[in-house]
Amino acid sequence: MYIEKSRVEWIKNLLPDTFLLRVYSPLIASKIKPGQFCNIKVSESDFPLLRRPFSICEVDGEFLHFMFDVHGEGTKILSNKQKDDVIDILGPLGNGFNYSGDYSTAIIAAGGIGIAPFPYLIQKLADDKKVISFFGGRSKNNVIEYGMKNLLISTDDGSIGFKGNVVQLIESQYSQFRNESVRIFACGPNPMLKALQEFSIKNNIECQISTESAMACGFGICQGCPIDNADGDGYYLICKDGPVFDAKMVRL
Amino acid sequence: MSYTDLSVNIGKLHLKNPVLLASGTVGYGNEISKFTDLSKIGGIVTKSLSLKPRKGNPPQRIVETPSGMLNAIGLANVGVEAFIKEKIPFLKELNTTIICNIAASSIEEYVECTKILNPVDTINAFEINVSCPNVKEGGLIFGNDLNSVGRITEMVRSATNKPLIIKLSPNVSRISEFARIVKEEGGDAVSAINTLVGTSFDIWTRKPKIKNVTGGLSGPAIKPVALAKVLEIKRNVDIPIIGIGGIMNWMDTVEFMIAGATAVQLGTVNFINPNAGVEIVEGLHSYCEKQSIQKLSDLIGSFQL
Repeated sequence: MYIEKSRVEWIKNLLPDTFLLRVYSPLIASKIKPGQFCNIKVSESDFPLLRRPFSICEVDGEFLHFMFDVHGEGTKILSNKQKDDVIDILGPLGNGFNYSGDYSTAIIAAGGIGIAPFPYLIQKLADDKKVISFFGGRSKNNVIEYGMKNLLISTDDGSIGFKGNVVQLIESQYSQFRNESVRIFACGPNPMLKALQEFSIKNNIECQISTESAMACGFGICQGCPIDNADGDGYYLICKDGPVFDAKMVRL
Repeated sequence: MSYTDLSVNIGKLHLKNPVLLASGTVGYGNEISKFTDLSKIGGIVTKSLSLKPRKGNPPQRIVETPSGMLNAIGLANVGVEAFIKEKIPFLKELNTTIICNIAASSIEEYVECTKILNPVDTINAFEINVSCPNVKEGGLIFGNDLNSVGRITEMVRSATNKPLIIKLSPNVSRISEFARIVKEEGGDAVSAINTLVGTSFDIWTRKPKIKNVTGGLSGPAIKPVALAKVLEIKRNVDIPIIGIGGIMNWMDTVEFMIAGATAVQLGTVNFINPNAGVEIVEGLHSYCEKQSIQKLSDLIGSFQL
């Protein structure tokens, strides 16, 4: 784990409020795995005081890419960074996706900005793995396709693709991969992850979910990001035990 | 470069420098040691221990506030037994002072924890948390009551000869009276301050932003309050003070020492910069050099009113 002062190479819009940030961060780039995250200090002042956690979106040599929505003050400041600004990045943090092993098809399930960790995962998946990606958004104006492969889209209003949510879309396509050995990788809002958790357990499909939480430190000392274990008799910490969990391990 | 003597004494507890990491912001040392060299700082105060493990509060446990944060972790900890078995072996190798923090729901539990932990050589001192704002039993019920703080000090004192520090609450009108009773009952030092009770609401849902409704406020936002509490104790009671509250850098550390602190604890800053302790030690060296201070301890309580 490193604390790396990283130079901004560029930042660009994917959507009006969705950004892709490229920073020079060779130490973290050499170690980070898909599904891990970094905790970024967006300003040098006490405002905002805490770092902000972001999934790794892509690694390109010694550069890191982060994808984020402008959501509050921290992400607003980050979105205003310019080339050659320096940001303070702590990482890599947490446990990423387990994508090795014996399965033939990787199902990517992304809800909104939950797409962020998947370009890097898709990059890293072995060539012999078939990839089908599912993205769910509110409408056609919220669709992000960046870094996806074999993409199917759902929108809540049906303005593009399947009308409904992304889990309903996956269920509608289930007959296609019913007989294949499948592993689902999911990231998105909690209700989506919960629906997918039920779907995967019911159909006995391996499913890994990337969770999120407010947190301070990102490495286990503040204890600020608990998530119930499956039995409900204890907590995991999202930062240290996650953010990626087997869907059977946690109670959402 | 000639190095100044940064060492300080908290009663009979000798520290190589005054920089400690506060309980609840450093776990049991293992995670933060990946980012910083703990042997270079004065010591660490381990996460509050209770007799039995505690699960802690449900989420959401933390929320950011202007120049600060609220937390209601609820003293999640592994319990005394697992601490000795699983955490002490790592702490033993750290080559830094280990202060063990205890939080309990009854006076008997404080005493029992102390008795169990007392024989462990790796533990150099005890810090007794009588001021956690986030648990129903114990915590502030004790911290707000002079007689309870006096009684806990007296009872724990009789259970150990190791240096005994009582961590005081700022949520009282006269903190110096609490420091006085700690001294009278045989405590070696006080830590000041624990967090301030605060809350925060979501204006759209009208719900509190943390599940516990209230939490403890920490970070730079509380520094002026903490300094005033340290000063109040210093001017009224002759007892070593460990200053805590929003320290972010060496300048804050110097300020606390001028106000009367013998040592300091870093809390919230560890979440943002886990190497802050080592950077502060370096900053103290260069400050002393610039100010021609040979012994950093000369700075303690050197305010000019």
